[in-house]
Amino acid sequence: MSGRTLVEKVIAKAAGLPSVRAGDLVTAKVDLAFAHDSSGPRRWRPLLEELGVGLWDPSKVAIVSDHYVPAVDAESAAILKGTRDFARDYGVSSFFDMVGICHLVLPEHGLIRPGAFIAGGDSHTPTAGAFGAYAAGYGATDMAAIAATGETWLAVPETIRVEWTGAFQPGVTAKDVMLFLCRELGMDNAFKAVEFAGPLVEAMPMAERMVLANMAAELGAETGVVAPDATTFAYLAARGAPVADEAAALALHSDPDATYAAVHRFDASDLSPQIAAPHSPANTRDATEFAQIRIDQAYIGACVGAKIEDLRMAAAVLKGRRVAPGVRLLVAPGSARTAELAAREGVMETLLAAGAVLMPSGCGACAGMGAGILAEGETCISSTNRNFQGRMGHAGANVYLGSPYAVAAAATAGRIVDPRPYLTGAA
Amino acid sequence: MSRAFVFGDAIDTDLLAPGNLMKLPPAELAQHCLKAIAPDFASTVRPGDVVFAGANFGLGSSREQAAVSLRLLGVSAVLATSFARIFYRNAINLGLPAFVFPQVGEMTDGDRILLDPVAGRLENITTGKTYALTPIPPHLMAMIDDGGLIPHLKRRLKGAAA
Ligand code: SF4
Repeated sequence: MSGRTLVEKVIAKAAGLPSVRAGDLVTAKVDLAFAHDSSGPRRWRPLLEELGVGLWDPSKVAIVSDHYVPAVDAESAAILKGTRDFARDYGVSSFFDMVGICHLVLPEHGLIRPGAFIAGGDSHTPTAGAFGAYAAGYGATDMAAIAATGETWLAVPETIRVEWTGAFQPGVTAKDVMLFLCRELGMDNAFKAVEFAGPLVEAMPMAERMVLANMAAELGAETGVVAPDATTFAYLAARGAPVADEAAALALHSDPDATYAAVHRFDASDLSPQIAAPHSPANTRDATEFAQIRIDQAYIGACVGAKIEDLRMAAAVLKGRRVAPGVRLLVAPGSARTAELAAREGVMETLLAAGAVLMPSGCGACAGMGAGILAEGETCISSTNRNFQGRMGHAGANVYLGSPYAVAAAATAGRIVDPRPYLTGAA
Repeated sequence: MSRAFVFGDAIDTDLLAPGNLMKLPPAELAQHCLKAIAPDFASTVRPGDVVFAGANFGLGSSREQAAVSLRLLGVSAVLATSFARIFYRNAINLGLPAFVFPQVGEMTDGDRILLDPVAGRLENITTGKTYALTPIPPHLMAMIDDGGLIPHLKRRLKGAAA
């Protein structure tokens, strides 16, 4: 018998089978089901009522209000109130109201476990795969059915393995890796899992691994995974949720003779900062190729680009600098804990001194739902993960994607630049 | 008679259901479906019409409103060279047939179409060509037959209680 991939091992466990292989149609039991204020309760309640059932196990369900926070009008206030009411009425103990974006808040609370089968009502659910979980996004009807029964069907996906060697140049990040991969692998990898591996990935802290797994969604993948290791265990232990059986978690690693749909190998040493042009993350080229693009807004936010590590990157560029005249820099820390940490470390002070406008912790302008959206004809550079036409406001706005370094450097230059000279003091 | 509406590759969920309008009631949101690239789509599409598209249809958000909007406008099926996973599941769950259809290039906007999703047969009356569709897997067809995932589940839960 040939070996199994990490994803096959996790799904086999969830399906209660000794082993599965890509293509098998299985029913999996879910370890954690979660949703946010936009995709969850407001859609779940009527469906659960129609079915005449409650949650299959309220202790395995998490709800996070992050999309419409804080309320800006009567409609968003009603959505948030409905979310609170649902959490109370259905006995959801893991309810996080306005403390940050679901993909950051759940790991912060130690709820993402290696080897878990996780179903999330959001397309960036793969973020949790950074911890060695199978984590896939589902629409509201699928999620309501999962919330009611605790299980779902799937065809076991084939895995694409992406190995990275080498080390980043200063100013190059996991975000640049993913923008580069959107171009190299395309965004049409539906019904596939992507496994990130190699020495570069093994050396990454959890924050960077989460960027890889998060943007597996942009590759079109069902889930993105990184094998759990000492870094994973240390992160969870520090959040008061240590992994009890580390040996079992390590046994999840893909077998050396596992079968892959494809194996890609890249070297990070010659990767330079990447920028995705409107209106697709696959429109990626080297940052230097966009040097003439003037910007109106710079946005540091979202599950992929507003962790404490991302805010530190922005601060490293902006220390002692100012945002260019005519440009607005909006910073929406990804979670309340991130904001608190940034305040304590002096990162916030640096950003505010540079002229940044502080926004609430939540999805904000990323999905065009919160404050900070764009007018027709405006240009924005953003640390978010998607730049589809009309996503961040008017369909006639242009959004470029880059790392937090690139966004901060553009904010101070007034146009898109290679951020590297801003870190060495050469700019 | 159904008509063909033909789109290109990578039709994303922000084109199908714009994020900044997601608070609108579903029927109003549907009026903005594909507006950014086809301003007249919502006002001209009629019940029974068929949407054709290229690769990776429905990529992006998990928002089900992308499939809901097409259904509310009366679109009877989506045929694309490939689908994004969440959109595909959403469409099937809501009873909107979605077929992988490599011959999208042979369709032109406005072609007259005869589609039988159950028999898996498509006829382009304008060009006179007929096509056998890749069948939808049986476990999904059972769901579509019941009217979508929730009615399907309702039947199953009732069966379990009885
Ligand atoms: S920050 Fe953006 S990408 Fe992340 S969950 Fe929120 S809306 Fe989605």
